[in-house]
Amino acid sequence: MMLAMLGNTVLMALREIRRNTLRSTLTTLGIVIGVGAVIALVTLGQGATDRVTNEISSMGVNMIIVSPGAMRRGGASVTAQPLLMADALAIEREIPVVMAAAPSAQRAQLVIYGSLNWNTVAVGVTDAYFRVRNLGVASGRSFSDAELQAGSTVCVLGATPKKELFGGEDPIGQTLRVGRVACEVIGVTEAKGRSTFGMDQDDYVLMPLVTYQRRIAGSVNLGSIAVSAVSEEATHKAKTQIEALMRERRRITPGKPDDFSVQDMREIVETLATVTNVLTALLGAVAAVSLLVGGIGIMNIMLVSVTERTREIGIRLAIGARGREVLMQFLVEAVVLCMLGGIVGMAVGLGGSYFAAQAMSLPFRVLPEIVAIAFGFSVIVGVLFGFFPALKASRLNPIEALRHE
Amino acid sequence: MSGDAPSGDPQSETALIELRGVTKVYGRGQSEVAALAGIDLSIAGGEFVAVMGASGSGKSTCMNMLGCLDTPSGGEYLFRGVDVARLSKDQQALLRRHFLGFVFQGFNLLGRTSALENVELPLIYRGVSSRERRQRALAALAEVGLAGREKHTPAELSGGQQQRVAIARAIVTDPMLLLADEPTGNLDSQRSVEIMRLLTELNRTRGITVVLVTHEPDMAGYASRTITFRDGKIERDERSQRDEPRA
Repeated sequence: MMLAMLGNTVLMALREIRRNTLRSTLTTLGIVIGVGAVIALVTLGQGATDRVTNEISSMGVNMIIVSPGAMRRGGASVTAQPLLMADALAIEREIPVVMAAAPSAQRAQLVIYGSLNWNTVAVGVTDAYFRVRNLGVASGRSFSDAELQAGSTVCVLGATPKKELFGGEDPIGQTLRVGRVACEVIGVTEAKGRSTFGMDQDDYVLMPLVTYQRRIAGSVNLGSIAVSAVSEEATHKAKTQIEALMRERRRITPGKPDDFSVQDMREIVETLATVTNVLTALLGAVAAVSLLVGGIGIMNIMLVSVTERTREIGIRLAIGARGREVLMQFLVEAVVLCMLGGIVGMAVGLGGSYFAAQAMSLPFRVLPEIVAIAFGFSVIVGVLFGFFPALKASRLNPIEALRHE
Repeated sequence: MSGDAPSGDPQSETALIELRGVTKVYGRGQSEVAALAGIDLSIAGGEFVAVMGASGSGKSTCMNMLGCLDTPSGGEYLFRGVDVARLSKDQQALLRRHFLGFVFQGFNLLGRTSALENVELPLIYRGVSSRERRQRALAALAEVGLAGREKHTPAELSGGQQQRVAIARAIVTDPMLLLADEPTGNLDSQRSVEIMRLLTELNRTRGITVVLVTHEPDMAGYASRTITFRDGKIERDERSQRDEPRA
């Protein structure tokens, strides 16, 4: 019987909500936006985290980056000795778990073809670069050993300069200028698209490292060495051994800090995942605040509703409703209103984040627990903010309520 | 309760309602106003009582008291021998729910709600199943002559029809006591006569005790007993031997 009573109360609440469709809609908008925002932001945030992780993993989780100059927090960085080709060769030769070491150096350059020019980055590489970075050639070919050794003026274009300078034209065999150096285009790499942070990953011109050092940089210093370990499990071992080898080669006495840094991709993945998780949590918190604001809106309207329906409350009390039954009625009304808002918000949040994920080409990954929490929160908001107006309704004096105009 | 109740002995054991020295005081200290200044009244089951008096005479206060919407400041109000002042607010609500029916001057129907749903409302609080609720509400509406208008909302009904819905709502629970507070105050004379006939009919056939507040002597003429209030006291208490209400 208690249950039947509750069923009746819910039906009454639904009827009341339908009676004031416009007002109910506006009232629940706050909840809809709150729940929708929480779900959408967290879902998108999760998608972004996933994508960063996948992106970096696709570069190879077994990749290790060696760069000159230790990463230091605060304080002056130790004056770094440069990285040299010999370091890359030593790493490849002396550490068995290393599959390949790809030395590279880069500098921003203006690339000119005909009347068009494009600001990009010239990167000096060896053939290992393609293997370590998982980089394929879409058309033409990669560098030959002869070209690499001789320092020939040939280049392989990234997808972006190819598009900007050649459009639909076939660039293979054409000659362009990288800074002051005339280069023949021998290939175009496969496009990787934009990174999660909006960085164009295809905006570069590759040339043999020797060519780069002689014709562009005028120095034999390397920017970094990308190393790939034989397997994911071997990454940590490789990293430790590279650190030991580098300290030895640079004659760093024990107890002194490294003047270079060795980072493995997993570390970077973890760091980035932490960053995006924090961002997700912050956005979620902001959205939760809007849910709270929505709750205040509910309370506001429920108070108005109680005043407006004072006479109705009087009638109900006169025909024998107890205070607690009137309280229940208004409380259920607020909760039902919030639940409806929560359901619509869920649909909006999931639908919105689905399309946003499509548009941003992020993976769409729903966290069921977040959806449940957001919905549960909207119900709690209904109970919390519906209680005071309902209490007010239940305490009305029936005589005065009946007299109310 | 017998159908055609005779005017009973005021002090008899069968009294449905008994007021003993009831007073009601509003305000405190200097601004104290006595709305009721010692009322002794006994109404037996099955009576049709009209309460008259000028505004401010205490008749409305007395009515609220009888309807358990207000409690006396002094004296006792016994409903079927139970002292209402000793009941909690919830118990008073239950007493209203199970024994009383109200009809107001302003109809007091729920707006934008069908006649049927309005009549079902008191049954909801009684926990009656939806099926039985529907049957009883339909029967009550038919009894007041509104069969076929169940789906109409108050706005779609005339004043007289609205008052009929209100009466149906009051009697759908089979109350012992029907309290009608100027039920014809907002109606023209033709509708008023119809409503009074309906109340008389309910009093006779179903034995519902009716207490009617009115300031129109014509309407009071339908009652078998007329009580006149003045300055918070009962001025006159007259019984008419009229069997047939005049048309």
